[in-house]
Formats: sequence, C-alpha cells, structure tokens
Amino acid sequence: MAHMTPTPVMDPAGDRTMVLNMGPQHPSTHGVLRLMLEIDGETIVRMMPDIGYLHTGIEKTTEAKFYQQVVPLTDRIDYLCPMTNNLAYCLAVEKLLGLEIPPRGQWIRVMLNELTRINSHLVWLGTHALDIGAMTVFLYCFREREDVLRLFEMVSGQRMMTSYFRVGGLSLDLPLGFLDRLKKFIDAFPSKVDEYENLLTSNPIWMERTKGVAYLSAEDAIALGTTGPTLRASGVDTDLRRDEPYTGYENFKFKVPVRTEGDVYARYLCRVQELRESASIVQQALAGLPEGRYKAEAPKVVLPDRENMKTQMESLIYHFKIVTEGFTVPPGEVYQAIESPRGEMGYYVVSDGTAKPYRVHMRSPSFANLQALPKMCEGRLIADVVAAIGSIDIVLGDCDR
Amino acid sequence: MPLAPAVTDINQLKDRPELARLLEWNGTAVAGAKFDRGELTIWLDRAHLIPAMTFLRDDSHLKFNLLSDVTCVDWYPSEPRFEVVYELRSISRNRRLRLKVKLNSDDARLPSLINVWLSCNFFEREVYDLFGVYFEGHPYLRRIMMPEDWEGHPMRKDYPVEGYR
Repeated sequence: MAHMTPTPVMDPAGDRTMVLNMGPQHPSTHGVLRLMLEIDGETIVRMMPDIGYLHTGIEKTTEAKFYQQVVPLTDRIDYLCPMTNNLAYCLAVEKLLGLEIPPRGQWIRVMLNELTRINSHLVWLGTHALDIGAMTVFLYCFREREDVLRLFEMVSGQRMMTSYFRVGGLSLDLPLGFLDRLKKFIDAFPSKVDEYENLLTSNPIWMERTKGVAYLSAEDAIALGTTGPTLRASGVDTDLRRDEPYTGYENFKFKVPVRTEGDVYARYLCRVQELRESASIVQQALAGLPEGRYKAEAPKVVLPDRENMKTQMESLIYHFKIVTEGFTVPPGEVYQAIESPRGEMGYYVVSDGTAKPYRVHMRSPSFANLQALPKMCEGRLIADVVAAIGSIDIVLGDCDR
Repeated sequence: MPLAPAVTDINQLKDRPELARLLEWNGTAVAGAKFDRGELTIWLDRAHLIPAMTFLRDDSHLKFNLLSDVTCVDWYPSEPRFEVVYELRSISRNRRLRLKVKLNSDDARLPSLINVWLSCNFFEREVYDLFGVYFEGHPYLRRIMMPEDWEGHPMRKDYPVEGYR
C-alpha cells in the first residue's frame, strides 16, 4: 500500500552497531520527534532526527486568509508562547504598513511577552527536570504556570491560544483588576525562582546529570544556526530584545545572561536567570505603564471602538469594510525577527498589495535549534539524549508548523 | 508615518557597506539590489552563490556569520518563477542582510550551501520539500515535512489550498 511506505530508516554502518528508534511517541521528546540512533553499546555513533509529524501547513493556510485572520493561526505554531508568535506576525505586518503603535499598546505587549517567556520557561524547567528524574520541580513550576495562564485568561479569554495582539495594537484594553493581580504575582515570583533553584542549582544529582553533557562550542552553535539561550549558553552574547529592540524594549533595563560552558547546566542557568530578568521587565512595565490609546489611529486597518460604531457612520463603514474585505497592505517584503523564549522567531511576510498575504514564512527557533542535537549527542551515552533534548527546549509544533 | 518608496537603483545604494564590499569583490555576482522599509536586499547570480556567501561570511568588514533563514517565494505564473531567500545576520556587527536568487521553473536548481553553513541542512530540505527547488550537493536531500511518498510540492502556488488534488 502506497500510504504504508516506511519513513526513512537508517542502516547500521557495520556489525558492531545497531539502530535504535526513539520516538515519535516518547515522553521525553516533548511532542512527536523521532530520533534514529545508531548505537555501539551505550554510545551513540550517529543520530538522525526525523520531524514533520506535526506539519499542519500553516504557511499554506495563511495565503488564503486575510491579514487579520492569520493572527489566530500564529499561536498554534508554538503553543507554549502564543503571544510571542502573535507579536512577531503583527510587527511584521505593521512594518509592511508603516504603522506606529501608541506607547500603552507597546508596554502592554512587552509585559505580556515577558509573561509568556515566564510561562514557556516554567514548562521547560518542569518537564526538563522531570525527564532527568527530579519530579518535585515539575509540580512547583506548574503551580506558577497556572497563575500565568489565569492572567492570560483574564486578559484574552483564553488560557493558551490567546490571539490577543492585533495588527495595529491589541484587541481590547486590559480588564479591571488585572494590574493588581499581575503585581501580586510578579512580586512573589522571584522568591518562587529561589525555590526552584534551591531544588536544582547545587543539587549533586542534577549537576552530575547536566554538567559537561551535550557540549556545544560557540563556532558550532553559530554554524548550526542555533539562537536564544542555546547560543547564549555557548558564550555568544546576543539577544534581539537588546540588539534589535522592537515594540519598545529599548525603554527597559535588563541583563542578558551569558554562560561559556556550553553544556546542559549552562543552558539551565541561562534560562533560570532569564526568568528573573523577565520578572524584572514586567515590574518595570507595571511601574511605568502609560495612559492613552492601546491601538493605533488607523481607521482602515484597526477595528473601531464598539461605542463609536453606535454613533458614528464612518466607524460602522470601516468596521464593515475591514471585516468583509480585509485591509490592503502596500506591496513589499519584510523579515521581522524577535526573541522568543527559544531563540530567534522570524516572520518573513511578502505582500502583493492585496488583502491577503502572498507568502508568510516562519523562521522557527525550534527547527534551527534541533539541528544542533546530533552534534551534541554523537559520541555520548543514550541517557544523555534525554537531557540534551530538554536543554534545547524544542516545541514540535514550532518545528513542523 | 508614510512609507518611503523603495530604492532599487544600485548606484544610489553604493554607500551601503554590504553592497559596496560585494561589488568591490566581484561586480558580476550582484544582479540587483533594493532598499525598502529599512531592509537591504541583494540579488545574486546563481553561478556565484557559494563564493559570494563564503565571502560575506568570512570578510572582516561584514562578518555575516549566522544564517538565520532560507526560504522561497513562488511567483507563479510569471518567470523567473522562484526566488530563494537567504536571511543573514552578523552577530558582532548587529546587521541583517537579505540575499535572493532567481530561478526559472524549468531549471529550479542551485548549489547547496551546506559547506558554508551547516544549518542549511534542514533549511534546504524544507525548501526542497515544499517548493521542489533542487539543491545540488546536499548530502541528504529528502522530504522533511511531508511524508516520503507525497506527490507534488505543497507550497507552490499551483497547488490547491484545500480539497483533493
């Protein structure tokens, strides 16, 4: 049967080695990643990742949607950081349109983006520790993650697929009581990070399992296209929030944690430090949140306020036009990259002047980071593969799109 | 904020360091340039792709050491039909550059850059899988997203979005 044609199988090179199939249903692969491992005893000789099990054709689907209809598709790509994807797409289209967002909209975007980073890193930390055998951390992390998801639900009505950002601003202003709740959470959060660190950072078992494991040198990391904490843990000091500031990140003070060891432990330390920095950014955003509009004054692109539609003819007309025909975008192309929790999330959007994007391509960090996995694992033990996968923090939805 | 019109005249863009260095190195490799919305795009000639990319990576004034992305745009039914897009980033200089190569539909092949950047492995496989652009010299050019026995290349514009083929 044609549909039963096997997916590629690796042949062992000699008599000494055998091929072991790991995944796609393996709890430590965080989704559906299949790894073909050629092993000599317990040592990995060759590794070949096989992906595509979660390919949903989002890039193709976008070409049949209006620009504003693409936003809900973007948070299905990386389901652990939906706001980051929303933001990257909205920024790309805003760059095509030449649209400026008012300060309040930008600050709220930064605030929620950092909350998303906290959310994503908490899932990473919990599951990564669980893979290696530290179960308690998982329960602690998901306790705080639940708080973040409740905040998301408050602001957008959804816990995971938020779709809160719009081209030109936000869908709604922040609800009443949100800022108080966020303040309560974020003031207590650094002490929660201390709790995780107490469990792991100087834990001898954790250090034994992670120190010196899955080493990646800076040259290899760059040649293999890794970005984000994986690259920073190899000693390359780069963070797009600082280097190419977008949506008002230049107004915030934060440190970029860099380690030089290039192993699983270094990646762990980088991300835990990022949790603290994100909390500090949210606190700064709370302290200086400006008043004013949360979306741009662009009647042909941004939906009008509900109240205005009841009294103003133009608002009603613009609303009808945007909803039925979409808005047109001047021809051109942009590549907008932002720092997602995993690395460089880039949106390449091509417009041909109509109301639908001609091409939307997502440069997803998981896809590029996954290429570094064989380099990290070859010549090492099978047990380290689990630690290595956890340390690059891939999301297979992001990888396959 | 109104958009500034795109600049497509090479002579007006000669003061951009990326283009100036490339022209100084080999003027015949550059097939065109565009500056639009703060982003510089350079069209390269296919025959000079590998030397030009190696130059961009190694040149001490440019240092485009990170290949961010490889993708493709299908301009069906016009010719040249495919445009393969490379996004480069220089980490030390904090600059970006987009390079493009135009390909005709009857000759949609170009040399693989896997010896310049190892990250081309997955990126080129994805473009091959979804667009059917063939990368010569790639050691493992097989489908990556779609199943092995899939027919056609889904991201092409003549491939339907929904329904049966």
